Amino acid sequence: MRSNWWKILCVVLLAYAIIGGLLLPVPARHILNETIRNLYFHVPMWFGMMLLFGISFYHSLMYLRKQDMNYDIKAVAFLKIGVLFSCLGMLTGMEWAKYTWGEPWSNDPKQLATAICMLSYFAYLILRGGIKDEEKRAKISAVYNVFAFAMMIPLLFVLPRLVDSLHPGNGGNPGFNSYDLDSRMRLVFYPAVIGWFLLGYWISTLHVRINQINHKRDNTF
Amino acid sequence: MKKVSISIILLLLSLSAMAQENAPEMADKFRADGKIYVVVLVLATIFAGIIAYLIRLERKISKLEKED
Repeated sequence: MRSNWWKILCVVLLAYAIIGGLLLPVPARHILNETIRNLYFHVPMWFGMMLLFGISFYHSLMYLRKQDMNYDIKAVAFLKIGVLFSCLGMLTGMEWAKYTWGEPWSNDPKQLATAICMLSYFAYLILRGGIKDEEKRAKISAVYNVFAFAMMIPLLFVLPRLVDSLHPGNGGNPGFNSYDLDSRMRLVFYPAVIGWFLLGYWISTLHVRINQINHKRDNTF
Repeated sequence: MKKVSISIILLLLSLSAMAQENAPEMADKFRADGKIYVVVLVLATIFAGIIAYLIRLERKISKLEKED
């Protein structure tokens, strides 16, 4: 139980994010109206995705250094849950955009860059599916994961900020930081980010443990 | 004099109406009806269900780990 404290923290933070996120006061804004509360649910998906991809990147690097299959198992698990988070982030973003920007897909630079980033991670999973030999699969996909993570940084943090975008914080648009994300929203937003990330981390560890058992029993996963 | 005062009152009334139109719409009525709590309840239920399932998975995997 002592090693599971962060799971309890995750549940508490998420319960607070769901209940507080719907009931606590938020700033009134035109167009956004009450949908501003999506910030507590849509944005943490992306934060969670980036952190999970970061952990996966670390394990891929460690695999290349130590050639230990355990690192490969971890890299895949964190990456898969990261991909799940990115799909959820994309879907919630399109739902939100439908009612605020007018259409689910408006070729917004950040939407496009994120789509490219997601495709590069889908390719990782397809690449793995195509290689039978486990050692080879682990090595090639680790190298590819390093590349995909290195691509993610400019795609999500640099390119969308160079051009005008509908997303806040890009181009000529003011970010949530400047005035929208006021102290009342921070009070829910940061716990929500930590809570959703911990949930992703939790699911990933379950995935890791199943694959570790499989690897131990049948020497494959 | 009377006409002027009436027109001033009407002008003020229309201004206040405009100001109200300009305020961003929030779910005030929904909140006043008390129905927002239904949504909170539904979300909390789904969340509780997902967490319960995760805990069940967690237990099953721990069992498998002990078997090995």
